[in-house]
Amino acid sequence: MKLVAKRPKALAEKPMHYCPGCTHGITHRLIAEVIDEMDIQEKTIGIAPVGCAVFAYDYFNIDMQQAAHGRAPAVATGIKRVLPENFVFTYQGDGDLASIGTAEIVHAAMRGEKFTVVFINNAIYGMTGGQMAPTTMVGQKTATSPYGREAAHAGYPMRVVEMLATLPGAAYLARVGLFNNREIKKAKKALRRSFEIQEKGLGFSLVEFLSTCPTNWGMAPLDALKWVEEEMVPYYPLGVIRDIEEEGGPKK
Amino acid sequence: MTEKILMKGNEAIAEAGIRVGCRYFFGYPITPQNELPAYMSRRLPEVQGTFLQAESEVAAINMVYGAAGAGGRVMTSSSSPGISLKQEGISYLAGSELPCVIVNITRGGPGLGGIQPAQSDYFQATRGGGHGDYYTPVLAPQSVQEAVDLTMDAFDIADKYRNPVLVLGDGMIGQMMEPVEFKKEITPDQLPEKKWATNGAAGRKPNIINSLRLQPEKLEELNLKLQEKYMAMKKAEVRYETDNIEDAEYILVAFGTTARIVKSAADMAREVGMKVGIIRPITLFPFPEDVIAKASEKARFILTVEMSLGQMVEDVRLSAKGRCPVYFQGRTGGVVPKPGEILDNLKRLAGGGK
Repeated sequence: MKLVAKRPKALAEKPMHYCPGCTHGITHRLIAEVIDEMDIQEKTIGIAPVGCAVFAYDYFNIDMQQAAHGRAPAVATGIKRVLPENFVFTYQGDGDLASIGTAEIVHAAMRGEKFTVVFINNAIYGMTGGQMAPTTMVGQKTATSPYGREAAHAGYPMRVVEMLATLPGAAYLARVGLFNNREIKKAKKALRRSFEIQEKGLGFSLVEFLSTCPTNWGMAPLDALKWVEEEMVPYYPLGVIRDIEEEGGPKK
Repeated sequence: MTEKILMKGNEAIAEAGIRVGCRYFFGYPITPQNELPAYMSRRLPEVQGTFLQAESEVAAINMVYGAAGAGGRVMTSSSSPGISLKQEGISYLAGSELPCVIVNITRGGPGLGGIQPAQSDYFQATRGGGHGDYYTPVLAPQSVQEAVDLTMDAFDIADKYRNPVLVLGDGMIGQMMEPVEFKKEITPDQLPEKKWATNGAAGRKPNIINSLRLQPEKLEELNLKLQEKYMAMKKAEVRYETDNIEDAEYILVAFGTTARIVKSAADMAREVGMKVGIIRPITLFPFPEDVIAKASEKARFILTVEMSLGQMVEDVRLSAKGRCPVYFQGRTGGVVPKPGEILDNLKRLAGGGK
């Protein structure tokens, strides 16, 4: 018999609690594959957020810390400053990173902290029941924007990677989608690159994953993937926004 | 043989941390503790340590969380409004059982308050401070030397119980210069290994640092485990000092800077024939209940003096259990009580000062 697929070593043998059609599971797997491929399972420390992905500490076969809502970049800073030879990543949703944790993420990027951020943008708060996030699309209905997000009232969605790109300390910034296999492959490549940037000590790296939340969006899984492609991608363009090495090193 | 050097309280506390192997400091500027991080920013690079000025107190305490979880001997400092901001992090540190030392060079409040010495953070310090059922040991020095000694001990207490420890000074302790000696010299490689730390799961099962327990029974279990630690602290960590309490008719209770002022008042009272003794709590949690309980059995009254409008006095009353009257005298907002005021009050309460 030929083995065609197996669980990455860095992914724990635990059934995940995520809803059908949610892309957290794919992102978890991609992280674990990168850890396996780089052979850094015994050197990596992950940080689980507050939100749906809090149980990430149970899903990876690596050392994990759980952080307060929004504070993962500060926690990661503390870990990396004690263990500069290790790999550190945070896993954060949009409420966590783009709302309550804006100060922490901006300043980690400003300092050029040498860890990787996995940023899940699904345009909504998942765990608390589908409230409006800073990344919620204009017109999108949520538990706290029942008539649709109005720009005049709640502003326009926050483009995190573009905002962080103003900071020279951000060495690698990319936005990826998970709505088809081709994009998933690209996502993995970006994630791998972000870990390599960390390995080389070039600075802060972040990959934003345009993700789904079928439950709180009130959509079937396939429709949710389509919604990412058709509604989110035009506002949140995909691609590598910053790769400091390819651009010839840090800017003065 | 160590030599005595003249140092400002804030700087001496910082040096004390370094002398017991603290190599990581995360802080944010706030008066009147600014000399402490500034000293760390100068000294830590000399010993291959890391000083980092965070973007806020909230970030600083979470950096402490990460560093403590990674096994580092770590410290932060702030003053009252900044300590309020750190409370979320302190609650998480307690829940995740992470050791660290937090210094509060207290100033007057509430709100922005002022920048002069105060003791009005007693409630916050001794009742956990943040959300949830937890406590932190609180060490309250009355001199710069004692601030040094207690800071050194604070790290060991933190490691022993895997719990954050508070050093509660006030603006006076932080700003005052006094001769100090450093009686210990410990480097990080001499510290015991922290097997629970998240420093890369090499050749062992992964470690998880976490305070979440979604199942009520599991969360209760964690809380009961924490309570066991607090009970153990109450048995082993109570510290206090007494002065002339054996024959005392009147007992003064005060901590920190106020205890020194009270000492002057007690000396003056003895000169006019009043039998006055002092109980000075050094640990505010755990509180020295027993010695106060015992004193309350024969004292005519207890007078608690604080730089607040009455916080520790509640613990004194709980300890005295109504066996004698417990009075309170305090100044607040950065006003420091004078020995004469305390003496006058003692005479008035004793009925004319015999």
